[in-house]
Amino acid sequence: MSTATTHDAHHEEQRSGLMRWVFTTNHKDIGTLYLLFSLLMFMVGGAMAMIIRAELFEPGLQFVQPQFFNSMTTMHALIMIFGAVMPGFVGLANWLVPMMIGAPDMALPRMNNWSFWILPFAFAMLLSTLFMEGGAPAGGWTMYPPLVLQTGNAFPFLIFAVHLMGISSIMGAINIVVTIVNMRAPGMTLMKMPLFVWTWLITAYLLIAVMPVLAGAVTMLLTDRNFGTHFFNAAGGGDPVMFQHIFWFFAHPEVYILILPAFGIVSQVIPTFARKPLFGYASMVYATASIAVLSFIVWAHHMFTVGMPVTAQLFFMFSTMLIAVPTGVKVFNWVATMWKGSMTFETPMLFAIAFVCLFTIGGFSGLVLAIAPVDIQLHDTYYVVAHFHYVLVSGALFSIFAGIYYWLPKWTGHMYNETLGKWHFWLSVIGMNIVFFPMHFLGLAGMPRRIPDYALQFTEFNQIATVGAFMFGFSQLIFLIVVMKAIKGGEKATAQVWEGAEGLEWTVPSPAPYHTFETAPVVK
Amino acid sequence: MWLTIVRRTLTAISGGAAALYGAAVSAEYGLNLPRGVTPISQDAYDLHMLVLWVCVAIAVVVFGAMFISIIYHRKSRGAKPAQFHESTLVEIVWTIVPFLILAGMAIPATKALVAMEDTTNSDLSIKVTGYQWKWGYDYIDDGVSFISSLSTPQDQIYNRQGKGDNYLLEVDNPLVVPVNKKVRLLITANDVIHAWWVPELGMKKDAIPGYINEMWINVQEEGVYRGQCAELCGKDHGFMPIVVVAKNDADFDAWMQAQKSAADADASAADREWAQDELMTRGENVYNTACAACHQVSGAGVPGAFPGLVGSPIATGPIEAHLDMVMNGKPGTAMAAFAGQLNDIDIAAVVTYERNAWGNDTGDLVQPSDVEAAR
Repeated sequence: MSTATTHDAHHEEQRSGLMRWVFTTNHKDIGTLYLLFSLLMFMVGGAMAMIIRAELFEPGLQFVQPQFFNSMTTMHALIMIFGAVMPGFVGLANWLVPMMIGAPDMALPRMNNWSFWILPFAFAMLLSTLFMEGGAPAGGWTMYPPLVLQTGNAFPFLIFAVHLMGISSIMGAINIVVTIVNMRAPGMTLMKMPLFVWTWLITAYLLIAVMPVLAGAVTMLLTDRNFGTHFFNAAGGGDPVMFQHIFWFFAHPEVYILILPAFGIVSQVIPTFARKPLFGYASMVYATASIAVLSFIVWAHHMFTVGMPVTAQLFFMFSTMLIAVPTGVKVFNWVATMWKGSMTFETPMLFAIAFVCLFTIGGFSGLVLAIAPVDIQLHDTYYVVAHFHYVLVSGALFSIFAGIYYWLPKWTGHMYNETLGKWHFWLSVIGMNIVFFPMHFLGLAGMPRRIPDYALQFTEFNQIATVGAFMFGFSQLIFLIVVMKAIKGGEKATAQVWEGAEGLEWTVPSPAPYHTFETAPVVK
Repeated sequence: MWLTIVRRTLTAISGGAAALYGAAVSAEYGLNLPRGVTPISQDAYDLHMLVLWVCVAIAVVVFGAMFISIIYHRKSRGAKPAQFHESTLVEIVWTIVPFLILAGMAIPATKALVAMEDTTNSDLSIKVTGYQWKWGYDYIDDGVSFISSLSTPQDQIYNRQGKGDNYLLEVDNPLVVPVNKKVRLLITANDVIHAWWVPELGMKKDAIPGYINEMWINVQEEGVYRGQCAELCGKDHGFMPIVVVAKNDADFDAWMQAQKSAADADASAADREWAQDELMTRGENVYNTACAACHQVSGAGVPGAFPGLVGSPIATGPIEAHLDMVMNGKPGTAMAAFAGQLNDIDIAAVVTYERNAWGNDTGDLVQPSDVEAAR
C-alpha cells in the first residue's frame, strides 16, 4: 500500500476562493460541488412537495390554482430526479470511485469540471420558467404530447434544460466508465472491485445508452411544436403513443439509474456494520447486471392502458415480473450478510437497514403493479405514487443519506454528531412512512394522481399524508445542521473511521488529502 | 403568490391537528380495491388479493430473518461475527423458488388479461370522447349523443359553500348503460390524452386523439358508479368525472326514448329564428359549462394562459372569424373545436352571448341557421 501524499508542487497551483471551485479538475472538489448542488436541489424540490401536500390537506382549492399545482408536480419530479438524486450519486462516484480503485483522479478531469458546471445553468433555465408567461411546465415530468405542446413560453426552456442535463449525465457517465476500466490499481481485478464501483460501472453504461434516447424524444417534441413536423400528431400521420414508447425506453432504465448506485452504497455499508463480508459478492454483481439488461425490455409496463395488443401486454407483464428474481437475490444477500454478524447501529447502518425494509416494500408494490389486470386498475393512481416514492425516497434518497453519513468523516476529517444523526434518521423514517403508506390506500380506493382537489372519501388519508410530509420535510433541516457541523469541526476521525470498514478509501488519512494514490497501491 | 402560499400553509398546519379529528368534511373511506360489479373488476380484485398475500408471506420470512438478526446478532450482546460469505446451494434455491412463485401468479394473470381484452360479441357500442375537460358519449346505433361535464358548483370548489356528498364526482349528463349486457366502449379524444376509468367497472383505457381504443364492460348490478379521468390532461384534469348509471332493460329503453325525443325537439327548434334574449340566456349557460373554465365567467381569461374575450378582436370582430374559432378551434392550444361538441343552437347562442356580454355590445345576433351554413 502506498502512503497518500499531499504535495501540490508539481500540480497546477490550487486557486483560492470562488475560482478554485470554478476551475477545479480535482475529483474531490467536483464531488463536493455535485453533492452541494444536489442538496440545494433537494431543498428546492422538497419545498415544491410541501406546496403540493399543503394544497392536498383538504378538499377544495385553498392555496394554489390547478395550473400552478400541475407545475409543482412536474417541477418537483424533474428537480428531484435530475437535480437531486442523479447529481447526488454522481457526487458520491466522483469522491469515491477513484479512491476505491486506487486511482489518483478521474480519467477525464476537465470534462468532469464541465459536466458539473453545465448543471447550474440547466436548472437555472428550468427554474426561470416559474416566472414566465404561461407558467412553468405543467404537463408532467413525462412530457406526454399533445399536452406538453400546450406549455406556454416555458416550452423551449424545458427542452433545452433537459438536453443540458442529458449532456452532463452522458459526460459524467463516460468519465466513470473510462476511469473504472483504465485506472484500477494493480491487482484490482474486476471481481475485486467494491460493489459501489460495480453498480456505478453498470449505471454509467445505462446512462450512455438511454440519455440520447431522451434527447431524441424531446427534440422531436420541439420540432413538432416549432418546425411543423408531426412525429406525435395523428392528424399528420404521427402517433402520440410513440412518444410514450420512446420516453419509457429511456425512463425505465433511468429508474434503475436511480437505484443501482443505491444498491452499491448499501452493499458497502451493511458489511461494515455487520463486521462480516458481503454475502454472495459474485451473485450481487450478476444480479445488478441482470437488472440492467432486463431494464431495456420492460418499458411498456408503464403503458398497459394505451391499447397495446394483448400479446405485447403479456410480454411486458412477464418480463417485468422477472425483475423480481435478481432484485430478490439482492435483498436475500443483504439479509444473509447481517445474519450471524456482529452488528452495531450507527446512522449509516440505520439508513441502510431502513433501505432494505422499505425498498422491499416498494418492490412488493412493484410486483402488484406488474400484474397487468391489477395495474390497469391502479395505473395513474396514488398507489403508483406510493410505489415510486418507496423506491425513490426510502430507496435512492435513504441510500444517499447512508452514504453521506458513512463517508462524511472521510471527507471532512470529523465525526458527525451521532445523536443528531439518529434524530434525523428516526424522524425521516417515521415521517416518510406517514406520508407514503396511506397513499397505497388512496390509490386502491380510486384516487387518481396529479389532481389538485379530490372527492370527500379521500380526505382522511390525505390529511395524514400531509402531516407526515411536513414532518419529513422539516426533519431534513436536521440533516443540514449535521453536515454543516461536521464540516466546521467535531471529533477527529481516524483513517479507518469505522471498526469494520474495509477498502482502499479507508487506508488514506481523514480528511482525505487533496491528492490520493498518486502512486498506485498494490491490491493483493 | 409565494408569500400567500407560506401564510396559508402556516394557517393550515396550525389548524391541521384539529381538523384530523374534527373530520368536518369526509365520506366513507376505502382501504382496498373495490370488488366492483363487472367480471373484469372481480378478476382484478382476486388477483390483487392473491399477490398481496404472497407478498405478505414473503415479507414475514424476509423481515423475520432480518429482525431476528438485528435483535440477536448485535455486538452489544457479544455476538462474534461469522465469516461465511457464500453458499451456492442457498443462492440457487433463492433464485429458483421466487421464479416458481412468479410463474404461479402469472397463470391467473394471463387468463384475466386475455378475457378483459376480448371485445367481441358485444350487445351495444358507445363511443366515448375525451375533451379538455369533459366527456362526450355517442350511442352509435341509436344516434344519441351528449356531453357530460362536472356539475359541482365553483362555489364548493373554492370553499364558499359546503361540499355535497358527491363532491367532484357528479356530472350533468351521466352515461347510461343496460345491466347484464356486454357494452363495448370505443374510446378516443379530441385534444390531448385522457383516460376513462370507473374503479367499480374494473377497466381503464387511454383516450388518444386520432386513435380509437376498445374496452368492454358488463355491469351486473343496477346502480350509480363514479370515476375520474386518470391521465393528466391539463389544468382541469381533476375536474372531469365520469358517472355511469346502470339500468335494467325497461328503464334503459325508456331513457333512450326520452333522449331521442329531446334530440328531435332540438332539431326542429334549430329551424326557427331565435330572439336575442333567448339566445343570451341559453348562451350564458353554454358559456359557463363549455368556455368559462378557461376564459372565466367574467370573460377576462387568464393572462398568459387563456386570452380574455372582453373587447377581444375575435369576439368583437367579424362574425365569420368568431364562428370559425368556436367551431374549429385553434390547433396547438387548449382552444377546442366545438363543432363536434355543441349543436347549432348552442353554438349560435354562445357566440351571440360572447358578442354581447361584458360590454362587448356589438348587437350582433347569430342564428342556428348561420351555424348550419358555416358547417
